[in-house]
Amino acid sequence: MIHRFDVIVVGAGGAGLMAALYASRGAKTAVISKLYPTRSHTGTAQGGIGAALGNMEEDHPEWHIFDTIKGSDYLADQDAVKILCEEAVGMVYELEHMGLPFDRTPDGRIAQRPFGGHTNNVTKQPVRRACHAADRTGHMILQTVYQQCIKNNVTFFDEYQVLDLLVNDEGHVAGVTAIHIDSGELHTFYGKATIFATGGFGRLWKITSNAYALTGDGVAVAFRRGIPLEDMEFYQFHPTGILGLGILLTEGVRGEGGVLINGEGERFMPRYAPTVKDLASRDVVSRAIYLEVRAGRGIGGKDYVYLDVRPETVNKYFVEDGVKNPDGTPRRITAQDIRRKLPDISDFCKTYLQLDPIKSPLPIQPTAHYAMGGIPTNNNAEVVIDAQGTVMPGFYAAGECACVSVHGANRLGTNSLVDILVFGRRAGQNAAIYAAQADWPRLPAAAEEPARAALAAIRNGTGREVVAQIRAEMRSLMMDNVGVFRTEALLSEALARLRDLKECFSRISIMDKGKRWNTELLEAWELGCMLDLAEVTTVAALTRTESRGAHFREDFPERDDVNWLKHSLAYLEADGQIRMDTKPVTLGLYEPARRVY
Amino acid sequence: MKVKVKVRRFNPEKDHRPYWGEYQLEAQPTDRVLDLLVYIKGYIDGTLTFRRSCAHGICGSDAMVINGRNRLACKELVKDVGRTIVIEPLRGLPVIKDLAVDMEPFFRKYRSILPFLINDEPPPYTERLQSPEARERFDDTTKCILCAACTTSCPSFWANDSYLGPAAIVQAHRFIFDDRDRGAQARLAILAEADGVWRCRTIYNCVDACPREIDITRAIGEVKKLLLVE
Repeated sequence: MIHRFDVIVVGAGGAGLMAALYASRGAKTAVISKLYPTRSHTGTAQGGIGAALGNMEEDHPEWHIFDTIKGSDYLADQDAVKILCEEAVGMVYELEHMGLPFDRTPDGRIAQRPFGGHTNNVTKQPVRRACHAADRTGHMILQTVYQQCIKNNVTFFDEYQVLDLLVNDEGHVAGVTAIHIDSGELHTFYGKATIFATGGFGRLWKITSNAYALTGDGVAVAFRRGIPLEDMEFYQFHPTGILGLGILLTEGVRGEGGVLINGEGERFMPRYAPTVKDLASRDVVSRAIYLEVRAGRGIGGKDYVYLDVRPETVNKYFVEDGVKNPDGTPRRITAQDIRRKLPDISDFCKTYLQLDPIKSPLPIQPTAHYAMGGIPTNNNAEVVIDAQGTVMPGFYAAGECACVSVHGANRLGTNSLVDILVFGRRAGQNAAIYAAQADWPRLPAAAEEPARAALAAIRNGTGREVVAQIRAEMRSLMMDNVGVFRTEALLSEALARLRDLKECFSRISIMDKGKRWNTELLEAWELGCMLDLAEVTTVAALTRTESRGAHFREDFPERDDVNWLKHSLAYLEADGQIRMDTKPVTLGLYEPARRVY
Repeated sequence: MKVKVKVRRFNPEKDHRPYWGEYQLEAQPTDRVLDLLVYIKGYIDGTLTFRRSCAHGICGSDAMVINGRNRLACKELVKDVGRTIVIEPLRGLPVIKDLAVDMEPFFRKYRSILPFLINDEPPPYTERLQSPEARERFDDTTKCILCAACTTSCPSFWANDSYLGPAAIVQAHRFIFDDRDRGAQARLAILAEADGVWRCRTIYNCVDACPREIDITRAIGEVKKLLLVE
């Protein structure tokens, strides 16, 4: 079945919905999503969206720009960061106008809280920049933008999973092939412009904050169609995941005063980040936790530490640090403040840890959280396919699947929500403008055949290998060898074992041979995507012989601006090999400097 | 510990009627019921079909009937449900396959109550002001994740599936009590119809079912009260 739309949006999280909202104002637009839109992972973002509104204390977009560039370990493209931080302010107001229920200050303005790496550039102290709706800011963003899509009659194809990108002989993108999950039938979505907003791939790692859906489908599909992937070695581990489960406990917990405590009862972050302490950027805090554990200072000598937000602990350190409210009074927190500002966190702790954060410290460990790398785009959200910035006609990407790059080697908390909306909007606007003037691209002959063949190969497989087993091995391997600390030995071993796992994957079989709702088939297909992305991540990590942001090589522990102040690009060659290339970083605002928090 | 999981199975391509699938497995007391389903699908029977995504109670994908009560499989721990765990699809929505039900009737009701801010007054350059008290007025109903656990636990909905159901009313409440919204009259007109808010008989099943602990019956009561005043 062929559907014809001017603009096709793949993915219905914040980026996809924002793109669709804007594209649909000027072009016939469809949104395709493997989940109902409200199930998308944007909904799990907790702490806030960063924008220098200055509602609670002095703040400026210029400070947000500097913090983001410093947070990126100087790998972000500075022109893109400028767009991100300047447009953030108007975007937050736009969300409010759409009806987003932000928390409010006593005078009725949008309330803001401190977050990791966001600072007053003069005093170097944490600044209140994260605009929040309790600790469910992402939920409210997803709901609000979806509501606007309903209001504007955007066309949705819910529970359709995209399997292939249609690229014709002229190198133009002509849409996608998707499977209707309910019927099992393939559909061709033929369009002038295609926007990928397919999210990340945290399911590569054993401990992750990411939903089951985050298997990197869009990124893998683009890679297989010859689009290079940028900066794949940079994957963020969020410092505070619930022990064993990886469920996120927002940085907002530390924004409200929570501290990290090791097995000796010591608040250890001041040793690693003397100025902002527990509110250093995520790469710094995650490494600090691992180093404490490695030095035998985990809780009970084990592999975790405590996140402590008990009022008595928080207030003790508020006194010690002389922390003040915006009006100059000493800052203090009560049990009621925590319940009011962090209700979902309290609920997660109660449900999964049987602990009350007001009464007990919380066992946490770093959890795989966010891909800084992905499909390379320019500032118009157009996909670019080489180091010279050549645009692939008709193809756009936004959000976590894309790499603009606004996050460089390490993303600051709250900036992903800014990114999805600012660049989702740009993708929607630019795709609609493109569709208005472009001719219909030629649709490749037998467009559905590659997807049909890929599914048939899985469905008809008769080997003895088990999808769940391969998946579990891949996730453990990535956690152990391609995690926070990396070495050539670990990465080389990972690469060899990943290639074994890919070989095993060619010998799988599945039990469900049916058409309708065959999620066993789709999970197997998703595993193929993840294995591809695991390999790219590992090759990229092996290639970058320096440490920067989230990519830490113990055998190359220093940042190397002479050789490595550049983005990486990974290409899939015709013989299946991965070829690495680089492209320059756009500077212009701030010269790289030593990064101290 | 050993647990027995009984799942109401139905494959539309094979089965004429549903049947019980039984699975014995080893589980930890702190495992989520969802973990058991994922294990069964991965290692025992790949045909077992259910929705899931975030696995921590936010996305709303995995509402199902667990030991007779509507629950999210990712928020129910083994230690709280016992060694025999009986799992069925949500009631009142057509079963597609195993635990996956057709959600379209549910989302149609959601869309019918105008679930978006209605206000045509030109906004200021910055944010509209709203007092913390006014914001608090509708806080509870902003928590809804549209999982359908409430609506499909409601005997009034089972008896008459044209009833809007608690979830749609919760969504309407979220806007009606937002002082920035101007669409209350239009929504109240919909809620005043025969299949609207008066079909609620305050049975409280929805309150027990809600994984977000929204005080749904109270929200419905507030809408009813407003209709009486109007």
